[in-house]
Formats: sequence, C-alpha cells, structure tokens
Amino acid sequence: MPPVASSVAATTPAGLLLVLVVIVPVVGVLPAFVCGGRWLERITALTIALGAGVAAALALAVLHSDGPLVYLLGGWPPPLGVALRGDGLSAVMIAVTALVVCAVGVFARADFHTPAETDEVRAPFAFWILLLGIWGALNAIFVSGDLFTLYVGLELLTFAAVPLVSLDGRADTLAAALRYLLFALVGSVLYLIGAALLYGAYGTLDILLLSTRVHAEPATLVAAALMTVGLLAKTALFPLHLWLPPAHAGAPAAASAVLSALVVKGSFFIVVRLWFDVMPALPGDAAAQLLAALGAGAILFGNVLALRQERLKLLVAYSTVAQIGYLFLMFPLAFSPAHRQLLGGSALTGGMLQAISHATAKAAMFLAAGLMYAALGHDRITGLAGVGRAVPVSLLAFALGGVALMGVPPGGAYVAKELLLHAADETGQWWWALVLQIGGVLTSSYLFLVLVHALGAAPKPIVLRAPIPLARQVAALALALCSLSLGLIYWRAPLPVPRGIVSNPLTASGLWKVLWPVMGGAVVAILLGRWGDRLPRLTSRDDAVAMIAPARRASVALAGTLERADGAFRQWPLAGLSLLLLAIMFGAAMLAAGG
Amino acid sequence: MLGPAHIFGVCGAALVGFGLYGLIASPAPLRKLLAFNLLGSGAFLLFGVAARRGAAAGFPGDPIPQALVITGLVVAFSATGLAVALLVRQFEVSGASTLRSDPPPPADAEA
Repeated sequence: MPPVASSVAATTPAGLLLVLVVIVPVVGVLPAFVCGGRWLERITALTIALGAGVAAALALAVLHSDGPLVYLLGGWPPPLGVALRGDGLSAVMIAVTALVVCAVGVFARADFHTPAETDEVRAPFAFWILLLGIWGALNAIFVSGDLFTLYVGLELLTFAAVPLVSLDGRADTLAAALRYLLFALVGSVLYLIGAALLYGAYGTLDILLLSTRVHAEPATLVAAALMTVGLLAKTALFPLHLWLPPAHAGAPAAASAVLSALVVKGSFFIVVRLWFDVMPALPGDAAAQLLAALGAGAILFGNVLALRQERLKLLVAYSTVAQIGYLFLMFPLAFSPAHRQLLGGSALTGGMLQAISHATAKAAMFLAAGLMYAALGHDRITGLAGVGRAVPVSLLAFALGGVALMGVPPGGAYVAKELLLHAADETGQWWWALVLQIGGVLTSSYLFLVLVHALGAAPKPIVLRAPIPLARQVAALALALCSLSLGLIYWRAPLPVPRGIVSNPLTASGLWKVLWPVMGGAVVAILLGRWGDRLPRLTSRDDAVAMIAPARRASVALAGTLERADGAFRQWPLAGLSLLLLAIMFGAAMLAAGG
Repeated sequence: MLGPAHIFGVCGAALVGFGLYGLIASPAPLRKLLAFNLLGSGAFLLFGVAARRGAAAGFPGDPIPQALVITGLVVAFSATGLAVALLVRQFEVSGASTLRSDPPPPADAEA
C-alpha cells in the first residue's frame, strides 16, 4: 500500500473505533476480575456483544473509507507519538476474530459455567478473563501502527494464551504451557533485539515512517532476520513447532479453538506487516523462497503426522501445523521480480483468505472434536465408530470444517488456493503450485480417515457420557459454514479478488479440480492411516486388502521416518539450534539480495 | 577509541550470547528462565546504546528508548512471574519440573 502523507499527520473521523476495538475487551476484563463468580459470565457476555458490535462498525468504516483509519494517541504524531492504523488487513482480521470469539463464547458457556452452589470456580474465572485478554491483545496487534506496540500486543497475547493451555492443571498440560511460554519468550526477545537495532538505525519504529526510511544495510537486515525468526517461533512454523501439538491438543476444546484459530495468527500477522508494509523491498526473493520452503516442510510433516495420530485432538493440532505452512506460501508468490519487492496483490489476498478460512474452519473442528470427546469420553480415532449417529451435528461441523480446509468451493480456502495457484502460474514458480496441490490431497486424506471411522456402525450402541446441547453443536457448525461461504463474498479493495481468476466450479474441469484431491486423499489415507480393524471392512473383497498390503507397509515405513524426524525436531536443543540456524540463513539470504 | 556506547554494546551482545546458550543448552526450566532474563538484559542494553547514540534527533541522550526499556522490563518481569508460577504449580502437582510434555496415551472409555 502506498504511504499516504496525510495518514501520518492526523486522526481520521472514524479513528476512535480503533481505540474502542482494543479497549472494549480490556474494559470488560476489569469488572469481571473484580466481581468474579456468577457476575463474570454476564459481564463477559455483555463485553463480547459490545466488542462484536465495535468490530463490525470498524470493518464497515474501513470498507467505506478511502485510506486506512488513523488514530494518533494523545494527538502526538509519530515519531514522537504512537499511531493506530486500521487498513483492510486489520479490518478482515478483526471481523473474523470477533466472529470466532462469539462462537467460542456460545460454545464455552456450558464448559465454563459457575455452578449454582459455589461462589467461584477457578477454571471458568480464568477462561473468561483470558478469552477477553486474548481478544484485546489480538485487536491491539491488528490496529497497531508501530513495531513496539506490536511487541507489547504480542506479549499480552502470549501471556493470555499460555494459561489457557493448562486450565485443567494436569502435570502434562502444565509442562506444555511452560514449554510454550519459554519458547515464545525466545521468539519475543529476538523480535525485541530487532526493534532495538531498527530504532538505533532510523530513530523511529512507526511502520509508515520506517517504510520510507529503511534501506538495505547490515543492521536493518540483521534486524529483519531476527524479527522474522522470532515471529516464526511464536507462529510455530516448522521446524519451530515443538510447543504446538501438546499445547493445542491438551487444552480444553474451547481454548484449543481460540489458540489454533486466532493466537498463531497474531504473530503471523506481524510477519505480514513486517514484510509487506515495513520493508517490502528488503527481504528479496531468496528469503521469501526460504520462508515458503519452511511452509512446504510444515505441510508435509504436519499433514503426514496428522494422519498418523491416534487421538483426534492431536490430529487437529498437527493439521494446524500444516495449515500454518500454507500461510507462508504466499511470500515468494507475492514477490515481483520487476519491482524487486513484495507486492500486495492477489497472492496477499490469497494468503489472508487462507488465514481467515483456517481461523473459522479450525475453530469449528476443535469445537466439534471437543464435543465428540465429551460424548464418547475419549477421542481415539479408531474408536469413533457410531459417533455419526450419536452426535450428528458435531460430526457434520467437523466434516464441513475439514471440507472447507481442503479447498472445496465455495469455501474461502478454495478461492485462496485459486489465487495462489494463479500467482504461481503468473510468476512461473510451478514448484509452489505443486506444493499447494499436494497439500490439498493430504488435507483431504485425514478427513477421509476420520469420516470413515466416525460413520462406521458401532459394535455396541453408544451411551453418551454427557448430554450434548444443540446450541454448542450449532456454534461449531456455524463456524464451519462461515468458512465454507467465505468464497461467496465479493472481495474488493483493499483485498481484491480479481474477476476471472477463480474458475467456475460447476464446469467439468472445475469439478475435476475438486474431485481429484478427494480421490488422492482417499488413496493416501488408505495407505498411511491408522485403521485398526476397519480397513478390511472398507471392501467386500479380501484380496484387495492383501493386494495393497506391500504398498501400505512401504508408505507406513516412510511415514515412520517422518515421525522420527518430527520427534527429533520437537526436542528442545534441536529446535533451539534450528532457530539460530534459520536466523543466520535469513540474514544471509537478505544480505545476498541487498548487497 | 572505545566509547561507553561500544562497551555497553559489547556487554549487551555478550549477555545475548550467554542467554541464548543457556536457553538452548540447559535442560532445567528454571535455568532456561534465568537465561531468558540474561537475554532480555542484553536486549535492554542494546536499547541503552541506541539511546546513548541519540538516534532520533542527535540529542545527547534519546529518551524514547528508555521508555521502551521500561515497558520491556515490565513485560519481562510479568513473563518471569508467569513462568515461575507455572513451574511451582508443576512441582506441586507432579513433584518435578520438566519440559517433557509428551501427550498422554489416549483416554479409554472402557478403562
């Protein structure tokens, strides 16, 4: 986006909305913290309603204004003061965050309810306050116009997210939370060192001012490399994902949904700000390729590991590892060799669409997985038989969430994939198109595995562990449907979907594009999945199972190698060394491009 | 000629190095936390160097990095507090403090 001179100087008319969207959740936290108990739920419900209203107003205001909304805190212009800015990216993320928070709020009322006979229970008290904290921190990140405010928002986000992991207070979730916190702290210090270097070099951390001042010199490039790697550690991009699977799979369902759908998007958003807004010309093609290569690694490892998990929540957590990889494929596709810089165009739109489709779909999948866990008392994938009859709406929500992630029209992920494929085609980077296609196949494979298990007949009738209220199932379903209908929205500036790029899915070639990943996914699932005793029952012919047995043995052995490699990458020393190595590699790539 | 800014810069870099080493190499979470604090102190010293060199407008000392450092200190302090709370809680629950967090075996309905 070209810097607008006036947007540095003054607050725009609707600028106050930027402040409101941050302080409404925070103001809600204060009385909720003081009153506690049963008041807490009323105050949070009211705050969520108010916050959603402000978020909607902000999104509309951005849509109808020519440039970004600006608010100068205290009327002081940068570099002395701090500016809040809301552009199209901010508006989209704020709207989706509000949507997910509302759905999780409806879902979590049953889990985190203070019983009538007690005054206050620790878990609900912590959950609602942390939920509002996460919301406020995310909104602060989305509207912040200054790298240091981004740092503060990032830290608030981590501090609110970490305790959510260990709400149940079990030893293993406490360890997961500690691991998450310590690794995230390494990332944030690297970011802070980068900020110190940038301030030392240019005397400002304001994004607009920096974008006009930065040039390729060693201090800047080192800062960019450190900040990027620090943020990747917080986003859990492969191979820095050691904290994510235990943290996201161990948390309660409502918390997992927020962590997976929203929290990792906070640091991802800062990477986008840094690369597209602060220094679009500095990283260069090599660094962008490296970023996407890590994304490709995440897609391969995350998806295959997801397919090999025994528990449904771990499957969904590994699916998040893979989807985070998807988000980073847009960087080389947005690089324009002619301008020698990253250009926000259809690749950026595709990446952001992917981010918000994943946010809604993954929240739906975690909520639905939580409901199935509640209904069955376990979440072993091979023991899911009959769950489709017991809690059909939950399974439907899970399936639709998965279908949306696969990139089936009219889902947001479908449009995102088309945009990224188009960008890959246009820039001649066929290898990323290949990764996108393989990712689609792998994504559909674990959905196929879960659905075959869940739709099977139960050996004996399922006795529900707990009644599952319809409202909770509908909350999950609504999120999945949102993700599936994102492609129906008419996307225009500042996140445009150009006409003619997205092909009509109702033609023969359009149908084929959807069908072949599904069929490919089924094959991969049969070869790689954990089937228990279900595989022979897929077909009536015994010889068919015998026929694929050698292929299955070979591919399971291959997956075993990936599992062992993943286990090694999730050891702390190796993850730490990868972090340093990546910082050096990014620095070298940027120096090579800048020098 | 080595000025104070250089000495502070070198000290900051050394602290960052020690901190990173400790965070990666020492297995105990408490040691990692202390290493994080060293690392953070190194980063704050770098802000001090930026202030000393008067980056913004050629002042003899730029006050903005000091404001940033104070915010950073508050953040690092809260981080340490949160981590210690988690550590203590983990020790109370399990009698050990460790970062090993392999997910538990699948809960079984029949068991």
